[in-house]
Amino acid sequence: MAASFFNNKARAAAAAASSSSKLKAGDNKEDSNRLQPWVEKYRPKTLDDVAAQDHTTKVLQRTLQASNLPHMLFYGPPGTGKTSTILALAKSLFGPALYRSRILELNASDERGIGIVRDKVKNFARAQLSQPTGLDAAYRAQYPCPPFKIIILDEADSMTQDAQSALRRTMETYSRITRFCLVCNYVTRIIEPLASRCSKFRFKMLDNSAAGDRISNIAEQEGLQLEDGVVDTLIRCGDGDLRRAITYLQSAARLVGATKLPAVKDADDDAEMTDAGSNSSVITVRSIEEIAGVLPDGILDSLVEAMQPKSGGSVYEAVSGVITDLVADGWSATQLVGQLYRRVVFNEAIPDIQKNKIVMLFSEMDKRLVDGSDEHLSMLDLALRIAGVLRGN
Amino acid sequence: MALLVDKLRPRTLDALSYHPELSDRLRSLARSGDFPHLLVYGPSGAGKKTRVIATLKELYGPGVEKIKIDARVFQTTSNRKLEFNIVSSVYHLEITPADVGTYDRVVVQELLKEVAQTQQVDLGAKQRFKVVVINEADHLTRDAQAALRRTMEKYSPNLRLILLANSTSNIIAPIRSRTLLVRVAAPTENDICSALHLAGKKEGWTESEVLNKRIAKESGRNLRRALLMFESIYAQNEKVTDKTLIPPPDWEALVTLTADEILAERSPARLLHVRARLYDLLTHCIPPTTILKTLTFKLVARVDDALKPDVIKWSAFYEHRIKLGSKVIFHLEAFVAKFMRIYESYLMGMDF
Repeated sequence: MAASFFNNKARAAAAAASSSSKLKAGDNKEDSNRLQPWVEKYRPKTLDDVAAQDHTTKVLQRTLQASNLPHMLFYGPPGTGKTSTILALAKSLFGPALYRSRILELNASDERGIGIVRDKVKNFARAQLSQPTGLDAAYRAQYPCPPFKIIILDEADSMTQDAQSALRRTMETYSRITRFCLVCNYVTRIIEPLASRCSKFRFKMLDNSAAGDRISNIAEQEGLQLEDGVVDTLIRCGDGDLRRAITYLQSAARLVGATKLPAVKDADDDAEMTDAGSNSSVITVRSIEEIAGVLPDGILDSLVEAMQPKSGGSVYEAVSGVITDLVADGWSATQLVGQLYRRVVFNEAIPDIQKNKIVMLFSEMDKRLVDGSDEHLSMLDLALRIAGVLRGN
Repeated sequence: MALLVDKLRPRTLDALSYHPELSDRLRSLARSGDFPHLLVYGPSGAGKKTRVIATLKELYGPGVEKIKIDARVFQTTSNRKLEFNIVSSVYHLEITPADVGTYDRVVVQELLKEVAQTQQVDLGAKQRFKVVVINEADHLTRDAQAALRRTMEKYSPNLRLILLANSTSNIIAPIRSRTLLVRVAAPTENDICSALHLAGKKEGWTESEVLNKRIAKESGRNLRRALLMFESIYAQNEKVTDKTLIPPPDWEALVTLTADEILAERSPARLLHVRARLYDLLTHCIPPTTILKTLTFKLVARVDDALKPDVIKWSAFYEHRIKLGSKVIFHLEAFVAKFMRIYESYLMGMDF
C-alpha cells in the first residue's frame, strides 16, 4: 500500500519534471534574465563603470593596484552608487572564484542585532583565510586576490547603537585578515568610534549629464524607443536617485509592452525587432510622469490660477472646484504639496515676505499629511491659506 | 437578491466601461509574464477593486472566482490570539490587515511568509507566483510596511503583492519605489450616467436622463454610491420622473439638520444639543472624519465668502487633532464651538 503510494507519487513527480523541463528548458535562462530588475542587471561590473564618482573611484583604483585597503565608510544620498562601488571593487579584487569565501554581505533586510554581530560577523572576521586552490597564473594576473576578507555592512545607519559598538573591537582585532566596509545614507548615525576607524568616502548627488548617459545607454541596450525629453523627465522625477530613475524606466517599458518577448532572440536581430515593435511601444514623457505619480502641469497651472487674488470677492469657489477634482482624480496630496512648493518658492513674482509665510504653511501641512489627516480638507486648507497670503493678509 | 453594485460588477478587463487606456496597460502587464508588485490608488468608488479582480482573472483565468473564506488565528508575541479572515482562491489571497489594528505586523509577516515559502501546487497554473491582495494598505502601521518591504524583495519569485489604497501619502517611500503605481481616477459624471443607463436597461427600468445626471452630480463621482442611490430610488418609487427626490442617506440628513441648528443659534445650550447629535452619529459607526467633513461642507455652503477660508482652516485643524487624539468627541465639539464663535463674531462685527 505504502509502496504503491510512494511509487505513484514518484512517478507523478517524474512525469511532471520531464514535462516541465521540456517546456521550460529552452526559455529558462532567458526568462530569469528578463525577469531581473534592470537595477541589478546594469549594476556596474568594474570600478570604471561607476558613474560620476571620479574622486572616490580614483582613490579606490589606486588601492586596487597596491592590493591594500583601509576600513571604509561610504555615505551619500540613495541611488548614488555606494553599494555598486563596493560590489564592483570586491569583484575586481577577488574574481568569481574567491568571491563567495572572501565577502560577507549583510544589509538591513538581514537580522543585524547585537547577537548577529557577536556571532556571525565575528566568526567570519575571525576565520583564517582559506588558501585558494586550483587557481592558475592567469587568474592571479587578472585579479589581485589580496590576503584579507571584506565584510560589507549595507545600510549601516539602521544598525542599533549597541550593535555598532560591538563592532569596535572586532574591527581592530582582526584587521590583519578582515576589512570592513560600512555603507550608509547618514554619516551622523554611525557612532563616532566606528567612523574614526574608517576612511570616509562621500558620494555626491549624480549630476544630470552622467545620469542621462547611463539611462540612454540602458534604453539603447534594451531596445527601447524614447520620446524626446524622456531622459530629462526621468532624471527630474528621480531627484538625483539613479536607481529610482531606472526603476521608472523599467516600469514604463513594461507598461507599453516594450520588453522583449522571450521567443525573440535578442542581440543579433535587434534592428529587425525594433522595426516590428516601433508602432506602439514608444515611451512617452507622460507615461513616465504617470508612473512617478507626478501631477501634469496643466492641473497645477489651474490651481495656481485659482489661488490668485480676484478683484471681486473670494477665491473659495474656484479653489474648491479645482481641489475637488484633484481629489476625485486620485492625485496624492504629498505629491501636490511637493510640486506646489517648487512652483511657489521659485516664482519670482511673489515677494519674499509672502514666501516666508507660505513656506511655514507648507511645513505645517506636510506634518499633517504624515500624521494621516484627511487629504481633501488639508489640501483645501493649504490652497486657501496660500491664497490668503497672496492677497496680502 | 444581490445589490446592483455586486450584480453588475464587471468581471473582465474587457467589460470595464471607463479608463480604457488603464485597462490596456493592466492587460499588457498581465500578459507580459513579468508581473510587478502593484500599488493601486484612487478615491473610493472609483473601481480599484473591480480592476484588480479583473486583472487577476486575466492572469489566471476563471479559477480566481472560486473563492472561500477562512478564519485564521494568529498569536502575537504577547500571547494574544487574533482572529483574522482571509478570502482566498487557489491562486490568490485577499486580506485586510488593518482589521487587527496595531497587530497587523504579525499577520503580514506570518501569513506572507507562509504563502511565499510554498510553491504553486497546481502545475497547470498559468503563473508560478501567487498574488496577495492587501486592502486598505494606507492604514497599515509603519512596522507592518517595513515588514512588507523585506518580504517583497526576499520572496519575489513566489509572491506578488497588490496593494489597494486611497492615497499614497501614508505609504512609506521604500514601498512606493518597489511597486508600480497605478492611479485609478474616479469616473466622470458622464461615465456615471452611462453606467446608470446600462444598469437601468439591464433591469428593464424606465429611466429619466435628467435624474441620472442629478444622481451623478449628487454622488460626488463615486460610482458605487451612485448605483446604490439609483437602486434605492427605484425601490422606493413606483414611477420615476425627472423630479423624483433623491433621498440622502439618513446620517447625511442628520448632519444637515445639525448644520441648520448650529447656524440658527449659537449658544452653550445649543452646543449641548449638538453634542447629543454627534454622539448619535458616532454610535452609529459613522467615521469622525466623515462627520466633520460633511458638516464642514454643509456649513461652508451657507456662510459668507469672507468666512469660508477660516472655517476650512479650523476644520482641517481639528481633523488633524482627531487623527492624533484618542477621544474624537472632544475635537468634533471643539470644532462646533469654534465655528459658533467665529460665526458670531463675524455677525456682530467684532472679535471676542
